[in-house]
Amino acid sequence: MRVPLSWLREYVDLPATETGRDVQARLISAGLEVETVEHLGADLKGPLVVGQVTAIEELEGFKKPIRFCTVDVGQANGTGEPQEIICGARNFSEGDKVVVALPGAVLPGDFQISERKTYGRMSRGMICSSDELGMGDDGSKGIIVLPPETEVGKDAIELLELVDEVLDIAVTPDRGYCLSMRGVARETATAYGLPLRDPALLDVPAPNAYGYPVKVSDPAGCDRFTARTVTGLSPEARSPIWLQRRLQKVGMRPISLAVDVTNYVMMELGQPLHAYDRSLVQGAIGVRRAEPGEKLTTLDGVERTLDPEDLVITDERGPIGLAGVMGGADTEIADHDAGSATVDVVIEAAHFDPVAIARTARRHKLSSEASRRFERGVDPMAASAAAQRTVDLLVLLAGGTAEAGVTEVIAPSAPTTITIPADHPDKVAGVAYGRETVVRRLQEVGCDVYGQDELIVTVPSWRPDLTDPNDLAEEVIRLEGYENLPSTLPKPPAGRGLTRRQRLHRRIGRALAGAGYVEAPTYPFISEQIFDQLGLEAGDPARRVVKLTNPLSDEEPALRTSLLPGLLGALRRNDGRGSHDLALFETGLVFHPRDEQRIAVRLPVDRRPTDEEIAELNAALPDQPRHVAVVLAGAREQAGWWGKGRPADWADAVEAARTVAREAGAELTVRKGQYGPWHPGRCAELVVTVDGTERVVGHAGELHPRVLKTLGLPARTCAMELDLDVLERVGDDTPQAPSISTFPVATQDVALVVDAFVPAADVEAALREGAGELLESIRLFDVYENAEQLGEGRKSLAYALRFRAADRTLTVDEASAARDAAVALAGERTGAVLRS
Amino acid sequence: MSAPNKSYDPVEVEALKPEEIERMRDEALAAFAAADSLDALHEAKVAHTGPASPLALANREIGALPPHAKAEAGKRVGQARGAVNKALAARQAELEAERDARVLVEEAVDVTLPYDRVAAGARHPLTTLSERIEDIFVAMGYEVAEGPQVEAEWFNFDALNIGPDHPARGEHDTFFVQGPEGGTESGVVLRTHTSPVQIRSLLDRELPVYVICPGRVYRTDELDATHTPVFHQVELLAVDEGLTMSDLKGTLDHMVQSLFGEGMKTRLRPNFFPFTEPSAEMDMLCYVCKGESVGNPDRPCRTCSSEGWIELGGCGMVNPRVLTACGVDPEKYSGFAFGFGIERMLMFRHNVEDMRDMVEGDVRFTRPFGMEI
Repeated sequence: MRVPLSWLREYVDLPATETGRDVQARLISAGLEVETVEHLGADLKGPLVVGQVTAIEELEGFKKPIRFCTVDVGQANGTGEPQEIICGARNFSEGDKVVVALPGAVLPGDFQISERKTYGRMSRGMICSSDELGMGDDGSKGIIVLPPETEVGKDAIELLELVDEVLDIAVTPDRGYCLSMRGVARETATAYGLPLRDPALLDVPAPNAYGYPVKVSDPAGCDRFTARTVTGLSPEARSPIWLQRRLQKVGMRPISLAVDVTNYVMMELGQPLHAYDRSLVQGAIGVRRAEPGEKLTTLDGVERTLDPEDLVITDERGPIGLAGVMGGADTEIADHDAGSATVDVVIEAAHFDPVAIARTARRHKLSSEASRRFERGVDPMAASAAAQRTVDLLVLLAGGTAEAGVTEVIAPSAPTTITIPADHPDKVAGVAYGRETVVRRLQEVGCDVYGQDELIVTVPSWRPDLTDPNDLAEEVIRLEGYENLPSTLPKPPAGRGLTRRQRLHRRIGRALAGAGYVEAPTYPFISEQIFDQLGLEAGDPARRVVKLTNPLSDEEPALRTSLLPGLLGALRRNDGRGSHDLALFETGLVFHPRDEQRIAVRLPVDRRPTDEEIAELNAALPDQPRHVAVVLAGAREQAGWWGKGRPADWADAVEAARTVAREAGAELTVRKGQYGPWHPGRCAELVVTVDGTERVVGHAGELHPRVLKTLGLPARTCAMELDLDVLERVGDDTPQAPSISTFPVATQDVALVVDAFVPAADVEAALREGAGELLESIRLFDVYENAEQLGEGRKSLAYALRFRAADRTLTVDEASAARDAAVALAGERTGAVLRS
Repeated sequence: MSAPNKSYDPVEVEALKPEEIERMRDEALAAFAAADSLDALHEAKVAHTGPASPLALANREIGALPPHAKAEAGKRVGQARGAVNKALAARQAELEAERDARVLVEEAVDVTLPYDRVAAGARHPLTTLSERIEDIFVAMGYEVAEGPQVEAEWFNFDALNIGPDHPARGEHDTFFVQGPEGGTESGVVLRTHTSPVQIRSLLDRELPVYVICPGRVYRTDELDATHTPVFHQVELLAVDEGLTMSDLKGTLDHMVQSLFGEGMKTRLRPNFFPFTEPSAEMDMLCYVCKGESVGNPDRPCRTCSSEGWIELGGCGMVNPRVLTACGVDPEKYSGFAFGFGIERMLMFRHNVEDMRDMVEGDVRFTRPFGMEI
């Protein structure tokens, strides 16, 4: 809502020295979001005067037609001589009154006006357009032509109210009444402790039986309908300058007198109005719900198919307006320029159900000034006054005649009453305001207040948002000033700190960052094509996705089932920007639809839902496990003065999984795997044991060359992804301290030759088991393949075994015996033989 | 070793004459002194203290002496050998020290060489800033609560007093999830705020409830310099007996002091949110200019555009209707809540100029933030 300060002053006697910024500060502290204060004409300087064009000489021979005008500006130029001015616009004639900027004037944008020679003549000033004066849209395109009665020589800055301040207020949904000058004026008056001149306090004639016939068939949707008729509007009548200027300042375009007047009254009182051309309305006006399939062409020229829930205004032929949203094209007020000017109008001032209007506006994607107000609540008691004000203005400005008939259809309703303890606001705020203050503040809001310890509060008709005790508390607290609330701290009970899961997420982030990975949280929106690109098989469960009905991009309508699409995208983006050596990680949710999909029902809100109801709601949600993933490309270690670099490879990806598992305290088994995006020969399957059953929790390794090519990723890009939630479940974060033996270690190295396909992990496991409890540690320190020495398809694995006893120094024989046992079991299990 | 020669004729043995012993000793001392390297010293050592050295040979002769002469000769040889060994050790130490000094000089390196073998990793500042805020409240006794990101509308809207036709519901620009068989009706959305976690906390936890709810939220804004469809919030909820709006104010003040330093404070401005009543918009004092740029054109402040205050987010007293929907008796309990965007705070706290920098995962953006902020 744009609020011109000059207009606001009409209702509140603000001190003359108050600036827009001052008023802004007061209103902000009273709870109105005044976003900006616009200074109209701040950089405007006169002389700017009214002139009359007495002669026009058309100059020929230029690229465009140019006029050399003689303009009478009275005594405004100090000499009384006519002013000669060059003008390029053509929308005025001899005799017209125009706005003239005389030499010395400065127009918005630091546009200095001076005498100058142009098109071979001396031009002494400028004939102005509304644009050049910063007035906003007046519907015309060109020079402002003033009404003929305007006095020549008069100061145009004052006449056109060019200097003003406009407050722009973002009105929250609870403050519909502030979508009017009346509402903002009320807040201003309260904020300054000044009286309000309520523009809705008008003498309104009592309803009678001879007004325009109205039949409301849906009193729930329309509890009030006032109709008034004004006849004999002068087709030549135009909106006076002051009215046009006010509309421009609030951001509306002047159109025609009748329309301008209804808009003006809406801005003044907050009541949306509609004016029908009486000659185009046939029979009684009705209000009802639309019939299925009914059609209506609205003022914006769109033909709309109506929904049975839509409230419509009808005449005997059918719908003539979408109630509270937009009128129909058939009964539109005709402009005087259009030839067949409207002479008689029927004015509608009605009150509609906010929910019905909101739904219709949303359904038809049609938000109008009217619907915005009805959705947020319009003062029903102001409807008659708004109709009266419209009638008055049309009579005054268009020479119309108000018909004596006054139609009012009203569904009876009682005002809202709330009972609160007098100290309720005190308890909410933590401040002792006292009963007297509470009562006074509520009265300022417009409430009627009775009672002592229990206050019976009747809320004003323009505040449908006040329904609960806390609404009243807010009114008191905000008027007493939020800024005056003290600062106190509550005393929460002792907390238990972060949960194990939360600590784990942090730890994993630190461990991966410590290993050189950079965290890259990515969007979860994916295209289903990505599954083909990643080489997932047709029946892969990861292909089942949660989809959005209104995705930002139709290309990416689904939610991720894997972190890799996003993370690989981030890798590609970095690579494209010149960072080629990359190690990225992300932890985040992925989304899997349930096997049986259901609709999440809308539970009641007047009680706690039952545990069953909550469980049912949760069952309608997709499964949302947390995953962790890494991607790597380029060099893992840089080459430098220390020696050679090392490219990132499959082993880094697997190690990332081990790092994560270590942090989770989970025992992770790594074995050869084969899955979708990974290189079939370089893919590790990551396995944990959950409740005695092995479960694959992820994969790691080098990505498939075909996937890399399809996705435009660097060669040898590696990746790891695993399900963190499962890892957390099997993890143990209370490691037990080992007993530390201080006896000397006995070291034995063995080199075993096995078939090349035998996994090293199997050999190691056999060695470990065979060596028994004397084995302290085992480490694979060399892998060697040489067909000549070992034979085709064979490899040598060299292990360092460290033995130690808790209670004695081991003899060489003891250590050798343990080693031999280890080798023997490895031989038995994997066919390993000692390398000779 | 030769055995004592019991039949040895008691005559003077040449090698054990005092002047001979002295000569042997002096020759040894001279040889050690002349040795200019550890190798040369080793040679001299072998020559003068080894088994074939004159003193060793002389020592061997002692056994052949008659008993009365043994003592004296032994003493003489012993003293000479002692002096020789001492001189040897001294020279050895001297030469070793010289060698060590030389080697250390030779081994010197250029310690200014760079070492960027493995680039440092980093956690995303949205993560670490969120944790930082969580920690402030955890220290006060709050617990961190989490919830699903794909959420039932009842949790995201209805229970928060945002009914199906509430005008505020339209302002949330919600992503809706498809229903069964691709239908439009599912009752499920991408959560538009972390407030549903407040509802879940009230349903799951024993009263009183003091929780902080960080997390990802979604709204249908296109990505540009100031908007992102996926962003992060931190919300706080406290429900207890006798909580007041002053408690809310104090909690906010404590938070901004913890994050931005002593002397920081917040300002509340009335606003509207369906889930709180009374509701407020919260601003914090500009931590850069502390409000001193207001009306002071000579010292403009970029951080707050010389407004003196920075808009943080929304807050208020939990609407009793919300408590009722969670089965909490609003006659007995009251609560307060607030929430704000992490992206925004990161922008003004760390001078991030473009929202896109926070979502694109560019390593050049994230690396400088390290492990904690």
